[in-house]
Amino acid sequence: MRVRLLDIAHARSGDKGDTANVGVIALRPEWYPVLAREVTQARVKAHFDGMITGDVQRFELPNLVALNFLLHGALDGGGTLSLKTDAQGKVFSTALLRMCIDVADDEARTLGLPAAP
Amino acid sequence: MSSDKIVRVASGQGFWGDWLDAPRRQVEGGQVDYLMLDYLAEVTMSILQKQKERDPKMGYARDFIGAMASVMPAVLERGVKVIANAGGVNPPACADALLALAQEHGARGRLTVGVVTGDDLLPRLDELLDGGHALANMDTGAPLSSIRDHVMSANAYIGSEPIVEALEQGANVVITGRSTDTALTMAPLRHEFGWGASDWNLLAAGIIAGHIIECGAQASGGNCMHDWRNIPDLADVGYPIVEVRADGTFVVTKHANTGGRVSVPSVTEQLVYEMGDPHAYITPDVIADFTSIRLAADGENRVRVHGITGAPATDKLKVSIAYRAGYKAVGTLVYAWPDALEKAQLADRVLRERLDRAGLRFEHILTEFVGVSSAHGPLSGTTDPPEVQLRIGVRGGDRSAVERFSREIAPLVLNGPPGVTGFAGGRPKIEELVAYWPALIDKTVVQTNVEVRA
Repeated sequence: MRVRLLDIAHARSGDKGDTANVGVIALRPEWYPVLAREVTQARVKAHFDGMITGDVQRFELPNLVALNFLLHGALDGGGTLSLKTDAQGKVFSTALLRMCIDVADDEARTLGLPAAP
Repeated sequence: MSSDKIVRVASGQGFWGDWLDAPRRQVEGGQVDYLMLDYLAEVTMSILQKQKERDPKMGYARDFIGAMASVMPAVLERGVKVIANAGGVNPPACADALLALAQEHGARGRLTVGVVTGDDLLPRLDELLDGGHALANMDTGAPLSSIRDHVMSANAYIGSEPIVEALEQGANVVITGRSTDTALTMAPLRHEFGWGASDWNLLAAGIIAGHIIECGAQASGGNCMHDWRNIPDLADVGYPIVEVRADGTFVVTKHANTGGRVSVPSVTEQLVYEMGDPHAYITPDVIADFTSIRLAADGENRVRVHGITGAPATDKLKVSIAYRAGYKAVGTLVYAWPDALEKAQLADRVLRERLDRAGLRFEHILTEFVGVSSAHGPLSGTTDPPEVQLRIGVRGGDRSAVERFSREIAPLVLNGPPGVTGFAGGRPKIEELVAYWPALIDKTVVQTNVEVRA
């Protein structure tokens, strides 16, 4: 079953220099293992292809049922140099929540995951 | 000391420009012991430095004086203490202005102001470079000498120690320059509970309490994605408060009868805000481990935080250096249906060709189509929007080229593609660019000073 991150997680993003961070938090604790398994460094890097110039780093926070991603080279130079509307990376959060993942039907049913619209 | 003792630190400002009513609401809405006001962002220091160059009595966050006027009765009559990094690049001048205000309120002698200085490295910059401190850019490794002539301000991020010292000397208001945001919350906790300089777990708890409340309402329902439709009464949002115990456990809450929401999701969103490596949140006081944090709902609008661990601080301080980096301008036009995006794209091509024919060269030009792709880029997908804002910016070292660019937007209204509007704002403003240079320096080099004035 196809599942959209927007329906199973919430997020907040911010900046540090030319790097945006996105913290992704499972809406239910039992959904965190799916996030941790599916939302890999490689998938996030591919998701933001063409939007960032640098690498992606990924960190796990099982205590907060959250993942943290650092998106390097995301902010057109960052801070005051940036010419972007989103110079401080405020809406990279929802950009990541556009991602869809595939979950086996059985597991999706057991966990009560909503299907992507 | 009783283990039942609770110290309440309230956040009243999350940045310079935050809600003017918040400080007063925090001291009048219920019991608080300390009011924490955070005014400084990376870019703020250079703005303040420019102001100080024009007038040596300036260079601090002037909003702070208005905030203090609004909380003066609570400070004088109920003993609420205030910790603020409002001093910017001129904490002594900020203290002068505050003491003048105290006199107006008939409070001279009843306000004891602690002034923390020593973070300003600008006067010492050449001495430091000559002494072998390269102040290399943390991100690129480039030596500071490459931009030395353009430096406007240079400040070390200092920790809680000098603020604690000011409180021990009896200050009821402490003004700092470039303290870390988190130190403003940590210092009163160290002062009240006597936490030592190597009580790493307790210090980490203080830092995380500070991180949760340093952005004001972002922890209590503001900018909160989780269940945003149902967050009550944001018009009357209550700013966050931490109720801390001597063992480093604390509750995040807000005053009763205020709007917003303090919940595990709202606090978690703030915890991940601007997060780097969660295992190592490095501050001058301690390295806090965000993977140790435990959150639990503790009643309505109350979240209990416990389990926090920390590791010894490093022997370095971060230095924030601001330098002149040319000019920029950003112009916008609005294109309406039909074919709004195509028309905006044509206007972009026309404009760029004119800039090119005029011989103008920029370090960088960026075009965005607001309403289509400025927020989520190629992820947005294709669409035929009812309207599109063309937003084009340039950046470069040649001010005259940036000025000429700013005159090239308006003509498009009459000599570019049709269906255009939205130029009421006039020519784009030329901004002088100030860039940010992060570096590290040995802690031993930075000597802080505390002066307590009445």
